[in-house]
Amino acid sequence: MERSRLWGLMAEYDNPGDLVAAARSAYQAGYRRMDAYSPMPVHGLAEALGFHRTRLPLLVLIGGLVGCLGAFTMLWYIETAVYPVNVGGKPYNSWPAFIPITFETTVLFAAIAAVLGMLALNGLPTPYHPVFNAPRFALASRHRFFLAIEAQDPIFDLAQTRGFLEGTHCREVSEVER
Amino acid sequence: MEQERPQNPVVTEEEVPVIAHGHTYASVTDEISAIVLTTRTPREWVIGFGIAFLLAMMLLYSAGYLLLKGTGIWGINHPVGWGFAIINFVWWIGIGHAGTLISAILLLLRQEWRTSINRFAEAMTLFAVACAGLFPILHMGRPWLAYWLVPYPNTMGTWPQPRSPLVWDVFAVSTYATVSALFWFVGLIPDLATLRDRTKNRFAQIVYGMLAMGWRGSARHWHRYETAYLLLAGLATPLVVSVHTVVSFDFSIGIIPGWHATIFPPYFVAGAIYAGFAMVLTLAIPLRAFYGLEDFITMRHIDNMAKIMLATGLIVGYGYMMETFMAWYSGNPYEQYMILNRMLGPYKYYYWALILCNVVVIQSLWFSRVRKNVRLLWVIAIVVGIGMWLERFIIVVTSLHRDFLPSSWGMYYPTVYDWSTYIGTIGLFLALLFLFLRLLPMISIFEMRTIVPHPGGKATH
Repeated sequence: MERSRLWGLMAEYDNPGDLVAAARSAYQAGYRRMDAYSPMPVHGLAEALGFHRTRLPLLVLIGGLVGCLGAFTMLWYIETAVYPVNVGGKPYNSWPAFIPITFETTVLFAAIAAVLGMLALNGLPTPYHPVFNAPRFALASRHRFFLAIEAQDPIFDLAQTRGFLEGTHCREVSEVER
Repeated sequence: MEQERPQNPVVTEEEVPVIAHGHTYASVTDEISAIVLTTRTPREWVIGFGIAFLLAMMLLYSAGYLLLKGTGIWGINHPVGWGFAIINFVWWIGIGHAGTLISAILLLLRQEWRTSINRFAEAMTLFAVACAGLFPILHMGRPWLAYWLVPYPNTMGTWPQPRSPLVWDVFAVSTYATVSALFWFVGLIPDLATLRDRTKNRFAQIVYGMLAMGWRGSARHWHRYETAYLLLAGLATPLVVSVHTVVSFDFSIGIIPGWHATIFPPYFVAGAIYAGFAMVLTLAIPLRAFYGLEDFITMRHIDNMAKIMLATGLIVGYGYMMETFMAWYSGNPYEQYMILNRMLGPYKYYYWALILCNVVVIQSLWFSRVRKNVRLLWVIAIVVGIGMWLERFIIVVTSLHRDFLPSSWGMYYPTVYDWSTYIGTIGLFLALLFLFLRLLPMISIFEMRTIVPHPGGKATH
């Protein structure tokens, strides 16, 4: 295979424990441009790859604050400025009555931020990705676990990296084209 | 979901497990996805969907005739202006609440048994909210102007009144529908990827592939995914409580005897969960038998759901008791008359039927022999569903039909169009549910993988 067409090497594992161990040793060996694939969330796997924190909670907080302040400001503006209605002499800025809508809008914006933020940070939708070229990758959504090291990684070397992956408890190692 | 969990937390020695022994990642995946990916549609599915579809067409006809003629085709008039539309709205939206409770609150409480029932309970929520939303819109008389409920700058120079619970309801119900749909869809993404990878059909590959958005199970993706899922659960939890609270405000902010009560929010929320679990059981019991899902929806699930039904049913019973007590204790002659009229007036049979369904019958759930008898439990769940419908009937109709002035008293009789619209929404609900069962995995496959006893044994969950 031509070097330029090679996307990376992919190793297949039987169980999550082997995958986490392999990911950890790959990180220790200095590999950074790699990712692990599993049919369900595996505890400690992202951390083993050196991925610790996500900005998602911050996005959700911002979404919630925008919803909260936006809704309250809108209601306050409607009731005091553009369409004031005198109900039994009660104050126009009757803020306790604005709370239910403010709360609902806060939840709505935060939830939308959580979903869109998760998709955006994950780069989804991704119509094409080289990992799907791996012959057995369809099993990643059934019962197999995969670790892929990209050819872009600075210390990637076809023979050496293949040797490294074969040294982990994997079933097989395959080359993945881009 | 982030913390370390004990090795195999779901199976203890005395209890029935939440998943039968001997399952692996592959067997769980294959069994659940096979229901969707089979090329042979079961004959029973075709018959069931056909009946439900016909009933949904009856809804279409009833709604079409309503648009042509106006709400006069219904039994509503002075003094009962709310009638079936609001009864059914509250009933449907209450049913939806169990789905969110199972998917969000039980997730936060780490109740692992929720895993095999949350997907179809969420679908149930979504379809129930869709049916619920139809009623207030049809009740408006000019449904094509429903968008007037949304605050936006317009040439009429008017705005909705945000101090009114009816406007709160617009926000509560639309937020609830949106968040439920998002939660459901996010939960589906990894399973859609499984279906994409497993189907042999080119068209199905394309459709599932587009819906899965290129999900590949990357560890970084899972990390953000779990964060998002947990945050959504945290957001949905107060939301679900707020929705039925706001629905109860529609009543309790009014000064009508029988409605103007501070007990309404908790009483409505408990009633919603009660009716919702009854609906989940009504659907789960035949489904697990028909699709042979006893391995995944075990007696443990059935038992736990029956217990939640009993607990919320007792709260609802307490609500009935307190309504009566407060009417007496208030010393308000209108409140006292209202409760006596409920018990002894023209709608007394409905009231006592409601007490029978919601308070008396469920006492049998104290006995584990009853909770283990799925057929009997199914009948009880249906009785509770009817009881909760009667509850909303009693609340709406008995309070309205005796106005403060005897000159404006009246009776409410539903017409054939009231019934056809109501039964039509049941048809719509079931038709959507049948389509869901055929096209999407009814049990969350990836979450089932997390509760399978894993080979290799290293820390996962």
